[in-house]
Amino acid sequence: MSAAVLEVSDLTLRFGGLTSLDKVSLRHERGEVLAVIGPNGAGKTSLFNCLTGVYTPQEGTVTFHPDGGTDTAVLGRKPFQVNKLGIARTFQNIRLFNALTAVENVKIGIESHQKTGPIGAMLRLPRTRREERASDDEAFRLLEFVGLKARANQVAASLPYGDQRRLEIARALGTKPQLLCLDEPAAGTNPAEKRQLETLIRDISETGVSVLLIEHDMKLVMSVAANVVVLNFGQVIAAGTPQQIQRDPKVVEAYLGGGESDDAATTPPAKKVPPRKTSLKKPED
Amino acid sequence: MTTVDAVQRGSTWSGVQRWARRDEVRRAACLVALMVTIAVITGPDGSQNSPYSGLRGSLLSRHAIPFYVLAVILAATSLAGGRWTTAATAPVRALRQRTTGIVIPKPVKLVALALLAVLVLYYPTTLAPFWQTVLVDQMGIYVLLAVGLNVVVGFAGLLDLGYIAFFAIGAYTTAYFTDKLPVHPPFTLNPFFVFPIAVGAALLAGVILGGPTLRLRGDYLAIVTLGFGEIVRITAVNSDAITNGPQGAFGIPHFSAFGYHWTLDSLPYYYLLLVVVALVVFFFRRLDDSRVGRAWAAIREDEVAAAATGIPTLKFKLMAFAIGASTSGFAGVIYASKVGFINPDNFPLLLSILVLTMVIFGGMGSIYGVILGAAVLGWLPNYLRDYVPAQDRFIYFGALLIVMMIFRPQGLLPSRRRSRELRLSELGIGGADGTGPIPGSTQ
Ligand SMILES: Nc1ncnc2c1ncn2[C@@H]1O[C@H](COP(=O)(O)OP(=O)(O)O)[C@@H](O)[C@H]1O
Ligand SMILES: [Mg+2]
Repeated sequence: MSAAVLEVSDLTLRFGGLTSLDKVSLRHERGEVLAVIGPNGAGKTSLFNCLTGVYTPQEGTVTFHPDGGTDTAVLGRKPFQVNKLGIARTFQNIRLFNALTAVENVKIGIESHQKTGPIGAMLRLPRTRREERASDDEAFRLLEFVGLKARANQVAASLPYGDQRRLEIARALGTKPQLLCLDEPAAGTNPAEKRQLETLIRDISETGVSVLLIEHDMKLVMSVAANVVVLNFGQVIAAGTPQQIQRDPKVVEAYLGGGESDDAATTPPAKKVPPRKTSLKKPED
Repeated sequence: MTTVDAVQRGSTWSGVQRWARRDEVRRAACLVALMVTIAVITGPDGSQNSPYSGLRGSLLSRHAIPFYVLAVILAATSLAGGRWTTAATAPVRALRQRTTGIVIPKPVKLVALALLAVLVLYYPTTLAPFWQTVLVDQMGIYVLLAVGLNVVVGFAGLLDLGYIAFFAIGAYTTAYFTDKLPVHPPFTLNPFFVFPIAVGAALLAGVILGGPTLRLRGDYLAIVTLGFGEIVRITAVNSDAITNGPQGAFGIPHFSAFGYHWTLDSLPYYYLLLVVVALVVFFFRRLDDSRVGRAWAAIREDEVAAAATGIPTLKFKLMAFAIGASTSGFAGVIYASKVGFINPDNFPLLLSILVLTMVIFGGMGSIYGVILGAAVLGWLPNYLRDYVPAQDRFIYFGALLIVMMIFRPQGLLPSRRRSRELRLSELGIGGADGTGPIPGSTQ
């Protein structure tokens, strides 16, 4: 019997007259990669913002089931508290600490769990030194894990786009999450970087971290996700395995009927493929 | 694209327009205008009968020549500087430099340190008493204040315009515990032993002010802290029964501890400040290079991302605020004991702004930078005293700041992180002004 790591039920988020999320429910099984797809403006990022304490939805509940812990309500917590619970995230528009180096970015994530305060830091107490060493080791381990060890001392803003995406993932992993939420990690990356990312998501999943993935790139979704939830106009229109989703007429309709559903940057070749149906079934290379 | 059209048409006029729009040309024009303005302001006054005689006297006389020369040099520097860095990629290229600074060989370091030690330990003893007083009252105290404010503004990126209020709290606490106020303390202390109490009081005030206000962003925080600074000063003016109103406190004794008695002589105060600043620098450098310092850097760079990375942003901001406030309170005790009398006029808004200026001038976030900045800006008006009329002194002060902000906005000795931030914000990546990214843009 599999257990859920996250349960969302009847989540509704409104901005004035606009309903950005409309009774969204989903269940994320522990350890699996769950993809959330949908045309632009469907409410995917809004969902992440609700899960991570940035937005406060008007209705609904979000329950996090930490491994070996008690069920916890996520809503009503501040972003840093949500992170402490074990839910980490990345941003659709990369938000690194741009002027800091790659290793500093990751250390900041790791150190959010440490205890050293200003007095300890000023006196460099034994615990401070121990934590500092642990943070260094862990930061380099994570950079190696995401394939950025050689770039450790480079300034974040100077890294290529794909590396920035992976650095953001490493920073999130530094906070020791049980659930990692990735908001369009492949957006703006080149095909080689996409393949690296695919491997990385698998590797993360293998370490036991559950991954909630927003992604436009269907090839990536098909290859890494165990289950898919499709959002359109703030509503869940379909949920199931990638194979089921591909065949679902409602999904095809949403992608075809939505007209300009994706921005060109995320799926450039899709525009060339006339029926979106095929682009769903046989994703572009 | 209009510029493309212009190029195709090859019109001279639009070429000139394009040229005039370039940053370095604008900068050069600003500098020339600045120098001419100074030439006029510092020149002779006009009179009722010939209102333009002042202008003529300023601009067409020998008096103006140094300013013209300076204007030409500065403008040329700006234009040449532009030529070297206008390539759009230059800032990014600069960013790719190795992040570990230049390695200075050990012997060079040791010699430099020895020279510095002689300079700070021995040189002051050779100075005239006037300069020794300047060294303490106008420079040393401000160095301490600036190093403290640097934690708030430079490390955590919080714009605090009420910083001098904590200085006042430290000074008034000293007056209270030396029994120089209308209200009497439960026990009297020598000012030296007021340090812990004053630091505690300033810290408490920092937490009380910071708790509710540090939720505000950027400009809003600046306004609230500005208000707080004024509230403290005005309270001191009006609470006659407690603070003795505008008269303030007189006869606060000099420090006296461990068998040593400080006196009117400035030098012993100088050495005390030297020790205090050295300790503070030692501790704050460790702070900067720690979990706490990195959390501050994260908050300064992107508060939303910092929170998403598990940093309790309010707690860390409060920490920075309280550490800054304590340092300011500490400096207040030294000031009260050194000068011996305090009143509300010693703590105007202008002083908060002056300390902030010192921090920016020296290089926000760089401890050695702000020390240099505070020392230079504390020294300059006193130096000018001998050379320029009193009413002109601050125009030179202002001109220096403007020239500095044009040529070296990152400050005298910028911190590496900060100068990177500035370069990035020129490229439109992130904000370097401490206000973080645009509020509500959470994607
Ligand atoms: N802060 C906000 N204020 C107003 N409307 C918002 C806000 N955030 C998102 N929305 C709206 O919610 C809808 C869903 O947006 P979003 O979640 O970003 O979509 P997606 O990530 O699926 O592309 C859009 O119509 C968007 O304009
Ligand atoms: Mg989105």
